[in-house]
Amino acid sequence: MDNLTWTLVEASVKAFVILNIVLLGAAASVYAERKIAAFIQDRIGPNRVGPFGLLQPFADVFKLFFKEDIVPRAADSFFHRLAPIISLGVAISVYAVIPFAHYIEIDGTRYYLGIAPNVNIGFLFILAMTSVGVYGITLAGWSSNNKYSLLGGLRSSAQMISYELSMGLSLIGVVLVAGSFSLNDIVLKQSGFMWNIFLQPLGFIIFLVSSFAETNRAPFDLPEAEPELVGGFNTEYSGMKFGMFFLAEYANMATAAAFISLLYFGGWQLPFPAEWLGLQEGSIGLAIAQFLVFLIKIAFFVFFFIWVRWSIPRFRYDQLMRLGWKVLLPLSILNVILTSIGVLIFK
Amino acid sequence: MNIDSENIEKNRMTFWEKIYLPEIARGLGLTFKRMFRPKMTRQYPEERWEPLGSYRGRPVLVEEGGKERCVACGLCSRVCPALAIEVQAAETSDDKERYPSKFEINMLRCIYCGFCEEVCPEEAIVMSKDYELVFTSQESAIMTKEQLLVPVSELQDRLEFLRRYK
Repeated sequence: MDNLTWTLVEASVKAFVILNIVLLGAAASVYAERKIAAFIQDRIGPNRVGPFGLLQPFADVFKLFFKEDIVPRAADSFFHRLAPIISLGVAISVYAVIPFAHYIEIDGTRYYLGIAPNVNIGFLFILAMTSVGVYGITLAGWSSNNKYSLLGGLRSSAQMISYELSMGLSLIGVVLVAGSFSLNDIVLKQSGFMWNIFLQPLGFIIFLVSSFAETNRAPFDLPEAEPELVGGFNTEYSGMKFGMFFLAEYANMATAAAFISLLYFGGWQLPFPAEWLGLQEGSIGLAIAQFLVFLIKIAFFVFFFIWVRWSIPRFRYDQLMRLGWKVLLPLSILNVILTSIGVLIFK
Repeated sequence: MNIDSENIEKNRMTFWEKIYLPEIARGLGLTFKRMFRPKMTRQYPEERWEPLGSYRGRPVLVEEGGKERCVACGLCSRVCPALAIEVQAAETSDDKERYPSKFEINMLRCIYCGFCEEVCPEEAIVMSKDYELVFTSQESAIMTKEQLLVPVSELQDRLEFLRRYK
């Protein structure tokens, strides 16, 4: 087999594995969301389907598959069908550049864990893809031909414009510190517990707040604010098309969690030197340990996202805009200036 | 400066509240503590709720010595605001002289107000504790006399309650 075919085969196998991990992760987060919500409200939560209700998300998805798929007569049916595909496709494609662990070395060849973790614009790719995700929501709102859906879609795009700026600017700090756009390089720079959270506390807070807005999660879930907008952008969706939006939301949440842990919490870096485990750089054991550490970090942030959703009420639209433009944007510019000065002095 | 302009969000909140983050952290702490509290859920089909005597469930006819107490006076049928009860009287050689040859309650109409029980001079119709009322057709929701009869021993809680508070 020539080199290109081999690369394609390798990438497809990785893509298949990662796709399954992402969808399983989304199912697990749906379960976690329902359980944590229940615990906060003194309830038990789903416990009927399988042990501890663990099969509940699968039951939900099967139910959605068998539901009638309704397209409103006044809707633009092409875009109505396209919107959930964009949402879910974009949410999953982000995982192409996320490194799940460093590498495994077999016969002198390095196999990186991730489809393309070393691509030198990985960082920009994630930012670009998460911005494309808003097209899914806006198109869904527009093509449904329903005033509530349209308002939801409009809010989503307005929110995205307001928060994307401060999000991008807060990340400039990380790039300045690491000196690279490649996610693996950024993670490698954080080795030995030199996590970016200690160097960039302000940037971290700005990014955390913006990623809540970016993933349309409470307290910034205005696009689907059910008391005001019926169901927001997904009012006119049913069956598996609604299911795709639903999965996309949880995949996006996991992406945001992965992104936070990659950029600020050392990604797959172990919180102690790898020698303590007695594992060689490039061995399978170390890769598994790194993968588990990364998973724990993601799980913590997914928990945090859910925890915040069930604690904090939704922001009002004007409060959201004021926070975005008058607070986060100036702070993120300040962060860029401070980081640049710091980099100039200490490097 | 008028009064309204003073009572705006900007003036109501202190600096730390305007920053949001400390307040959000407090809120998160509160919800985190709540996660470990005992749960309120009752796991229904396994754990059932036993109502007290004051509970107004399905109205039933009191059965004493194998027969209904009812003397078919028809007061319950007259007082029923939802017109759910139908009584037809007939004569009998017993002491009470009259008995209902037909006594039907349409459970789709019944509103569980308890007027029938209140008006009954013989304590013959009372509200039971039965709250699991499921029907598969409109016909099956019309309860006949045989379905309504319940031995007096099973209704002691309710009869006790009525004697005390009626």
